[in-house]
Amino acid sequence: MSEIRNYTINFGPQHPAAHGVLRLILELDGEVVERADPHIGLLHRGTEKLAETRTWLQCVPYMDRLDYMGMMCNEHVYCLAVEKLLGIEVPERAQYIRVLFDEVTRVLSHLMLIGSHAFDIGAMTMILYTFREREALFDAYEAVSGARMHPAYYRPGGVYRDLPDTMPKYKPNRFKNEARTKDLNAAREGSLLDYLEDFFERFPKCCDDYETLLTENRIWKQRTVGIGVVPADRALALGFTGPMLRGSGIAWDLRRKQPYAVYDRLDFDIPVGKNGDCYDRYLCRMEEMRQSTRIIRQCIEWLRKNPGPVITGDHKVAPPKREKIKTDMEDLIHHFKLFSEGFHVPEGEVYVATEHPKGEFAVYAISDGANKPYRIRLRSAGFVHLSAMDEMARGHMIADVVALMGTLDVVFGDVDR
Amino acid sequence: MSAKLERLSQILRIVLGGRLRSLTKDRGEIMIEVGAEDYLAAARTLRDHAELRFEQLMDICGVDYSAYGNVACEPGRRFASVLHMLSIEHNWRLRLKVFCPDDNFPAVDSVCDLWPSANWQEREAFDLYGIMYSGHTDLRRILTDYGFVGHPLRKDFPVSGYTEMRYDAETERVIYQPVTIEPRENTPRVVREAGYGDTGHV
Repeated sequence: MSEIRNYTINFGPQHPAAHGVLRLILELDGEVVERADPHIGLLHRGTEKLAETRTWLQCVPYMDRLDYMGMMCNEHVYCLAVEKLLGIEVPERAQYIRVLFDEVTRVLSHLMLIGSHAFDIGAMTMILYTFREREALFDAYEAVSGARMHPAYYRPGGVYRDLPDTMPKYKPNRFKNEARTKDLNAAREGSLLDYLEDFFERFPKCCDDYETLLTENRIWKQRTVGIGVVPADRALALGFTGPMLRGSGIAWDLRRKQPYAVYDRLDFDIPVGKNGDCYDRYLCRMEEMRQSTRIIRQCIEWLRKNPGPVITGDHKVAPPKREKIKTDMEDLIHHFKLFSEGFHVPEGEVYVATEHPKGEFAVYAISDGANKPYRIRLRSAGFVHLSAMDEMARGHMIADVVALMGTLDVVFGDVDR
Repeated sequence: MSAKLERLSQILRIVLGGRLRSLTKDRGEIMIEVGAEDYLAAARTLRDHAELRFEQLMDICGVDYSAYGNVACEPGRRFASVLHMLSIEHNWRLRLKVFCPDDNFPAVDSVCDLWPSANWQEREAFDLYGIMYSGHTDLRRILTDYGFVGHPLRKDFPVSGYTEMRYDAETERVIYQPVTIEPRENTPRVVREAGYGDTGHV
């Protein structure tokens, strides 16, 4: 028998299954992983440092670019932190809009995860289907904020503007004829709420379709059942949150346990796994999308009935109406001060955590009373989950590393910050 | 919520006793400060004590207080390591702050043995602030480039950094050179006294 050697291989930084830029150094004994050492930081943009040089309002768009699969959820945490420091109230309608879009974002993030996770371990069709649905939801993002991925829609004190009454429509061109555009525009005749209602009417059916492709699929089960098992006590010690913790059987969801915005008024269930393996976490995420659908329906119903302001009337924080700026001297001054110097945040420090699609995403903000943050610390779930990679991968085959990468749900925007 | 916070602060006062340097309640959050010499023992108590049970360490981050409020800080109050803990059993959170006694060589004990999740977070605080965690077995840089010099989140580190990287056509490789961009500040940082500009206008 020939001499057996241990190999050290590089996984990434450019690897299709690395979900971004991850350099993973694997020490192998044959095909079995003995040690995994992730090298991160290839996408480090110094968001925390940059935030210290920008005014409180200018930091909002940076949040989109952290976890670029959960854009509005990131903004939400930051806005909640600033609001908590300022001690201001957010109008109820704005809170419902935020919850609505948080859940849309959760669906977007889970669709991306399930599609790419399945894609990584061999089920190529999934990503095509999930991207079809993601596309429709990006249109909702676009309608409300003008941007498909980095909306900067939430502001400290509320949201930038109310939900639009009309949806942008397709126009016939040389690629799409009249009949085709009419088809595409069918759901876009009404307001944004009609559009979302229509989408979430058919979305449970889409989830069923995904499940017929994966849930009982033999290959999918062979690749995920019993892979990356994390018992509940280890999950707690490793700092797991979100679906990673729930997959291990701990019913912990910040939306329920430490409710923020209007989650305490909404009716939804928290799916919990049993075995703590990749398959259970997949099932949890699948069910979370259905629960998000429930939440969104309740939000749509509430939003239809209750018009009102969507941003605080405190002009020390939020700008006054455009027309008033032109007639009222004081509003003009407010507007000028807000967009030159920015608002000042009282001295203090807060730690605000929310249930992001990936787990607990938190902002620890320190203010010394200036118009800029003194320190913004971004606690991302992906960073902590990835740090458990070594423990999870040990003893698994090299092909399972890809399955683990998928189930960890890492996005390098928020791992590297 | 406030009754719960009250209970937590009472338990903390009893359990930590003389090790507690300060306890502040602000905006519905509790922050305690302990000395660097008591830090590890206090952290162990917080995790294991039946009435506290902080079984999850959410976050460790460094803070550099050298420019807080645009005034210099006292010696021994520059670098802090801030821990955020969560108890799933009791459903409460706690912030634990520990200052590094020596500003020139900031060091505190590592809590890796208590919570494995501290590993990367301490590496990050070391990388960005240069806080040494004694007892940490693998204190490498994590976010910055291989061979990076300095600790970028310190307040005396410029936003533009010291070196930049570019492709050099002559040598046909990527080279490092001193930065050529000029730092630019669009909005100056202003700290106003409390209540500035208040006229009762909402």
